[in-house]
Amino acid sequence: MLSAESIAKIDRELAKYPANQRRSAVMSSLAIVQDEHGWLSKESISDVAAYLGIPDIAVLEVASFYNMYELKPTGKYKLTVCTNISCMLRDAHGIVEHLEHRLGIHCGETTADGKFTLKEGECMGACGSAPLLLVNNKDMREFLTNEKVDEMLEGLK
Amino acid sequence: MSPSLNATLNSVCFRTIDKPNPASLETYRSLGGYEVLKRIITEQTPAVEIINELKLSNLRGRGGAGFPTGLKWSFMPKNYEGDKYLLCNSDEGEPGTFKDRDILRYNPHQLIEGMAIGGYVMGAKTGYNYIHGEIWAEYEIFERALDEARAAGLLGDNLFGTNFSFNLYAHHGYGAYICGEETALLESVEGKKGQPRFKPPFPASYGLYGKPTTINNTETFASVPYILQHGGQHFLDLGVANSGGTKLFSVSGHVEKPGNFEVNMGLPFPELLALAGGVWKGRKLKAVIPGGSSVPVVPADVMMATNMDYDSITKAGSMLGAGSVIVMDESTDMVKALDRLSYFYFEESCGQCTPCREGTGWLWRVVRRIADGKGRMEDLDLLTDVSTNISGRTICALGDAAATPVLSFIKHFRPEFEYYIQHGRSMITG
Repeated sequence: MLSAESIAKIDRELAKYPANQRRSAVMSSLAIVQDEHGWLSKESISDVAAYLGIPDIAVLEVASFYNMYELKPTGKYKLTVCTNISCMLRDAHGIVEHLEHRLGIHCGETTADGKFTLKEGECMGACGSAPLLLVNNKDMREFLTNEKVDEMLEGLK
Repeated sequence: MSPSLNATLNSVCFRTIDKPNPASLETYRSLGGYEVLKRIITEQTPAVEIINELKLSNLRGRGGAGFPTGLKWSFMPKNYEGDKYLLCNSDEGEPGTFKDRDILRYNPHQLIEGMAIGGYVMGAKTGYNYIHGEIWAEYEIFERALDEARAAGLLGDNLFGTNFSFNLYAHHGYGAYICGEETALLESVEGKKGQPRFKPPFPASYGLYGKPTTINNTETFASVPYILQHGGQHFLDLGVANSGGTKLFSVSGHVEKPGNFEVNMGLPFPELLALAGGVWKGRKLKAVIPGGSSVPVVPADVMMATNMDYDSITKAGSMLGAGSVIVMDESTDMVKALDRLSYFYFEESCGQCTPCREGTGWLWRVVRRIADGKGRMEDLDLLTDVSTNISGRTICALGDAAATPVLSFIKHFRPEFEYYIQHGRSMITG
């Protein structure tokens, strides 16, 4: 079931597109539902499909194509570190190593307490403030150093 | 004679950047913002006059392809009965590119006005701005700017008491480089996987929802109000032959002060490098990728003798692209750098065309093999062979974009690759 809050947000997105093009709101609908649950379950996919009036597979195709959707549960905080060229030149891999060391996990894994998931990401379009990472897809932390990472981890309770 | 650099830094798309509340409607209006829109709508300026002014300005598409904007706008069918659409491509995901983010952040109203002008000229009543998935804060800034513009009667129905209507919305991406390709972007707005369409038909005849559509880059649209405010000739004169106006250059990598710099076209590269504080840590320049990860890498000596405009960079063996300048110092391991770029194209291939889907993975695996110290000398010919067999054999340019770094890195830095193969380790980092 989609929550009333999610439906209200999805309706705002639907209003952007022609009435007969509800499918256009699939990306934002999935993002809204993922924000609420942390990931996209089969049930969430079906709920979005039903609400937009499109087949489940049309929604799953989108959810599995775009990198920022999660089809498996993640930790409370998903940390996605950009390691592409401009970030790499400013030692993004050092930041990844520091995070792996601090969290005791490798990229792609979640801490045992379910708090953090660590991922490597592709270019986030913010190369001027490298190295950088995203917390839960929305909160960008820039000009990272090991000290800033430590501070950030302290702040994410 | 061109004006001094200080007088022209950040003068077009970034002209609000040093003002208080740069993204606000009030700030934009204090610079004459939305006056062009009001004038052309209330005076019913013929579309052809505006297109001619854009042609005079020599504004070329700032997303990378450099196609003349005035000409592109003239392709939209004039007597079409029914909906037409205007799309802005703010889906910046090409490694090294981060200029449109700062337009959204510091001057969203100039983009909105540019799109509304486009709507008037091309007869489109609806527009969408497709914003890169990872920049949520800027998406929200743009949404707020849209609300401000609607409340002030600058977007919506019957603008300025005329029968002209233009409605504009933001569409948020969610992590797919390929959606920066204009037909993949159309698919994505339609709620599908971002897989590029075969062209023809071109978007101007069959675009969003099958309707005539024009897609321009953020910087392109944002340049339009300035051009119409000051005249096409003025904008043209800011630049050099074949490269009218100013350009945002995103400088990243091994510099002291990475960031965006809006300068006159034709600025010598050493001056741009100086604006970014020079090569960091007092090191020597090794190479530059001048237009985003998909254009050929240029060795330092050639780059230092090159000006930042379309023709000069082409002459240097590369492309201006989106003006995304990736700077690499002498400590850079070019094999590792190529390894990362090749992985990116493999990861981001949409999977539709076999040469790209299979070829990008093949390229990456071979580069990785070399970087792991397990390369064979014949791998260099293999990489060249696979690259040339991808190029030109796919629906969109991602395949070519994957091949270009491979070919140019091997061409200019072949000894580094050979050293890895012979010694199993880096010539640079040991």
